[in-house]
Amino acid sequence: MTTTTTTMAGGTTEMLTIGLGHYLTVSAILFVLGVLGIFLNRKNVIVILMSIELLLLSVNLNMVAFSSALQDLTGQVFALFVLTVAAAEAAIGLAIVVIYFRNRGSIEVEDISTLKG
Amino acid sequence: MIAALAFYVFAAILIASAVMVVTSRNPVHSVLFLILAFFNAAALFLIAGAEFLAMILVIVYVGAVAVLFLFIVMMLDIDFSRMREGLQRYAPIGAVIGGILFLELLFVFGSWQFAPDATTLRLNATPGPEVTNTEALGRLIYTDYIYLFQVAGLILLVAMIGAIVLTLRDKPANSKRQDIAVQVARAEAVKLANPPARAGLGQLGIVRRPLPEAPKPKAVGHDDHHDHHGGGHH
Repeated sequence: MTTTTTTMAGGTTEMLTIGLGHYLTVSAILFVLGVLGIFLNRKNVIVILMSIELLLLSVNLNMVAFSSALQDLTGQVFALFVLTVAAAEAAIGLAIVVIYFRNRGSIEVEDISTLKG
Repeated sequence: MIAALAFYVFAAILIASAVMVVTSRNPVHSVLFLILAFFNAAALFLIAGAEFLAMILVIVYVGAVAVLFLFIVMMLDIDFSRMREGLQRYAPIGAVIGGILFLELLFVFGSWQFAPDATTLRLNATPGPEVTNTEALGRLIYTDYIYLFQVAGLILLVAMIGAIVLTLRDKPANSKRQDIAVQVARAEAVKLANPPARAGLGQLGIVRRPLPEAPKPKAVGHDDHHDHHGGGHH
């Protein structure tokens, strides 16, 4: 297995040395899957929240990959803060889901649009 | 070699579990696949050299956030079969937008490369192998980024208070609370009267609870007692 592939960061490397391009590819696929999840599960707020977690995970993967490629710790520091905000967002989002379910008996996104008055 | 194979394995499981998160019929399965995806992402972080973030991902995401999702999914009694109705309707547009997004990301990452002096522009260069990743991150976070770190803690505090305030019920069913206005305005609690001087309560018609009767003296002989007072009683 000595095939050479063109990595996304430019230049050619062997397939068996993991570079930045591999991480960026995985992260891009993960990001697209997260966006796709929001479209596919238009009715289910919980799965939409999980898709948002996937998006944030792919962004974190990008930052860690760049931090590793550039030998710069700033990316990891920023990923840590993104992780914090993602955890807070999940807690608040799930609390809203719980009180919405308590009031309406369903969590369908179409019902939530009645809030716009 | 080993690291490359491990990368491919973990990346493949990560993407497969992300697909299952998105397309799974049962949200409980979605949450479980999300946990698997987080584990594999943590492994990718480890391969990239970010050990502290990998452990944080396992502890915070798998231990807290994903379990929170699991609680919510199992706690709410939701008819999930009705949730899947719009799937066929939204699948084509979702696929189109996802494909466009993926192509755009490919173009961006394909035509992009580092600046020649990128290594000289580093803000916080990774120290050598004598300093562990956790120690290096700690040296950064507690010195240069201390304000950001405090703000992150503040965000978590606000999120905690917000979640508690949102989900706290106003009146728990099994607790009694004082309502001062209602208690003072009770009609039967206080009765106003204007008694004349030296008048007894009985004359005024104010009803009082009768005093308990004094215990009667024990009768010595039942028959004698009955004969003496029989006329009066009957």
